[in-house]
Amino acid sequence: MRALLVLLSVLLAVPVLANDTAIRVAIITQERDPILPVSPLDREIPDEGLAGARLGVADNATTGRFTKQRFVLVERTISKDGNPADTIRTLAAEGIRFVVTDLDAPALLAAGSNEKAHEMLIINARAPDDELRNESCRANVLHTVPSRAMLADALAQYLMAKRWRRWFLVTGSRPGDKLLAEAYRRAAKRFGAQIVAEKDWTFKPGHARTDTGHVTLQSEIPVLTQVADHDVLVIADEANEFGDYLPGRTALPRPVAGTHGLITAAWSAVSEQWGATQLQARFDKLAGRRMGAVDYAAWAAVRAIGEAAIRSRSSDPSAIMAYLRGPDFILSGFKGQGQSFRPWDGQMRQPILIAGPRLLVSVSPQAGYLHRGSELDTLGTDREESRCRF
Amino acid sequence: MQVLILAALFAFASHAALAETVYVSNEQDNTVSVIDGATSKLIDTIPVGRRPRGIGLSADKQKLYVAVGDDNRIDVVDLKTRKMEDPLPSGEDPELFVLHPDGRRLFVANENDNLVSVLDIPERRIVTEVEVGVEPEGMGVSPDGRFVVNTSETTSMLHVIDAETLELVDNVLVGTRPRVAQVSADSKQIWVSSELRGTVEVFDSETREPMATIGFGVPGVPRELIQAVGVQLTPDGSRAYVALGPANRVAEVDAKTFKVLRTYLVGQRVWHIALSPDAKRLYTANGNSSDVSVIDLENQEVVKSIGVGRSPWGLVVAP
Repeated sequence: MRALLVLLSVLLAVPVLANDTAIRVAIITQERDPILPVSPLDREIPDEGLAGARLGVADNATTGRFTKQRFVLVERTISKDGNPADTIRTLAAEGIRFVVTDLDAPALLAAGSNEKAHEMLIINARAPDDELRNESCRANVLHTVPSRAMLADALAQYLMAKRWRRWFLVTGSRPGDKLLAEAYRRAAKRFGAQIVAEKDWTFKPGHARTDTGHVTLQSEIPVLTQVADHDVLVIADEANEFGDYLPGRTALPRPVAGTHGLITAAWSAVSEQWGATQLQARFDKLAGRRMGAVDYAAWAAVRAIGEAAIRSRSSDPSAIMAYLRGPDFILSGFKGQGQSFRPWDGQMRQPILIAGPRLLVSVSPQAGYLHRGSELDTLGTDREESRCRF
Repeated sequence: MQVLILAALFAFASHAALAETVYVSNEQDNTVSVIDGATSKLIDTIPVGRRPRGIGLSADKQKLYVAVGDDNRIDVVDLKTRKMEDPLPSGEDPELFVLHPDGRRLFVANENDNLVSVLDIPERRIVTEVEVGVEPEGMGVSPDGRFVVNTSETTSMLHVIDAETLELVDNVLVGTRPRVAQVSADSKQIWVSSELRGTVEVFDSETREPMATIGFGVPGVPRELIQAVGVQLTPDGSRAYVALGPANRVAEVDAKTFKVLRTYLVGQRVWHIALSPDAKRLYTANGNSSDVSVIDLENQEVVKSIGVGRSPWGLVVAP
């Protein structure tokens, strides 16, 4: 029996390694409307996400050159009227089994639900929608980008650690903003904070750039923010339409947190601890800028595939996928703790950064938020709460 | 009164054996703290370059070498005067280093450059660079002087360098984010800690085959927080001590059976550790509580914690 196993493993392993089969990973991005810059310091980033995936492949190659495994990145973009399913079919025809998506939730769902995608592993590096981890979860989809619930829980833990319990929530007009506001409400309830006031941001975006923009804002924002006393103003503005207008202009002198001010993210340009300095230096060399959250999620997705390939000592997609989901998988994500995938919804458990505009302020989970398994699972949807059924 | 004096004298006499001095690099303060081993008291603070981490002694134990990463050099401190001398070149961003038994060559891990630089100390120049994996950190040398080991954090590899030809002779995949590599006193084993896997792997020096993987469970501490960092092997080959990082523990391991015997509760985020010359005490640098714990290994207890600079990282004990 043992001899048979050995023989079998030799037969299975040798062709793969001897042929030096490249492990091909595709990254799919979608064309997006250009974002109106709020600040003159805002720069359009044409390779957001993509640059992270490219660095991921380069990092994989450093171990791969010793283990004789080769990694190749295949880059695809879906046009605005394009169909994600077509892209999946083309990639499947090319024999590609690993796909990292820089897609919004609807495009990701269309891609992941395609018949040809069932044999693939898709790693979501962009869409924070909790629905994708619950009702719309898919067995073939993992997520390196944190869910909105994780970001909101991370903020709530920090605000509670500061004893800033009374929140004033200001929500933007986009669907994502509404969902993020919902995540903040859930987090407030979960960790014992109180939302004492809520307002929607209804002004048109972009008006700060006119000659007298600051004058209108200086009169509009005190009116908007004249609400019951609160400890902190929490902003839900994912598209960056107005959040930057609030700090320094509120009726009461209160800190601003959420998508602006004190932000929560899987990664930030200001990350430098736990070896992040080295990751940032490598990224800067490759992309000419600091690494952002979307870059990080794409990097983590490609690195996860690489790590699983190297640890399982295999270039066989099925073996790599099994290792990725297995109990031994661990990714060094430069945030001080090993990162792995939650078996109940495919979400990568990871520390969440609380970052100021120039420096890291804190990292959640905060001390004292205990969990019988991993403390990282105090952020987001825990096993018992999950509505995902694979 | 007389009794008191006698007691004091007695205490002094019994401490006389502990003439050792502990030097601690404080990563955030750009200083080295000096602790008197006899009294377990902080006696001096020496300003050094920016971001001091790796720390070690010269062959004659008269000089202290401190890798100051942000200044891309090795600072040299005369231990008698506690004054800085001319620094040594190190290559970019030096982190850990190890002195070869020839007393002449320093092998330095250059964290940003994926290199191990070989420094000739008397000539004050880098004689060669060995290309290794990404983010090289751990450095060890075999006491017989034949080989040098290095670990690379992102590549997760143990690299073995021939100390004579200065060529890379082997690369071995190890646990995720390896931090420290140490060679046993008999040169027969290589011990490697993995920060994120929270394990220590032991390899046969000749074959590089794994001999053991040591795991560390601490009741009530989640798996992610049990990380293995600093490793210290005793000269007699009987014990290994392993710093468990954010688990705030140091584990004592039977180096023959690879069994974990006990853990000591020390300060927060214990990083590097160092044995006293007689191997009776272990000093630990606790990064998050900015102190050094002293473990009495004979009586198996933590006897003291000594406040030092901010973010103590590495430490070395001079006789």
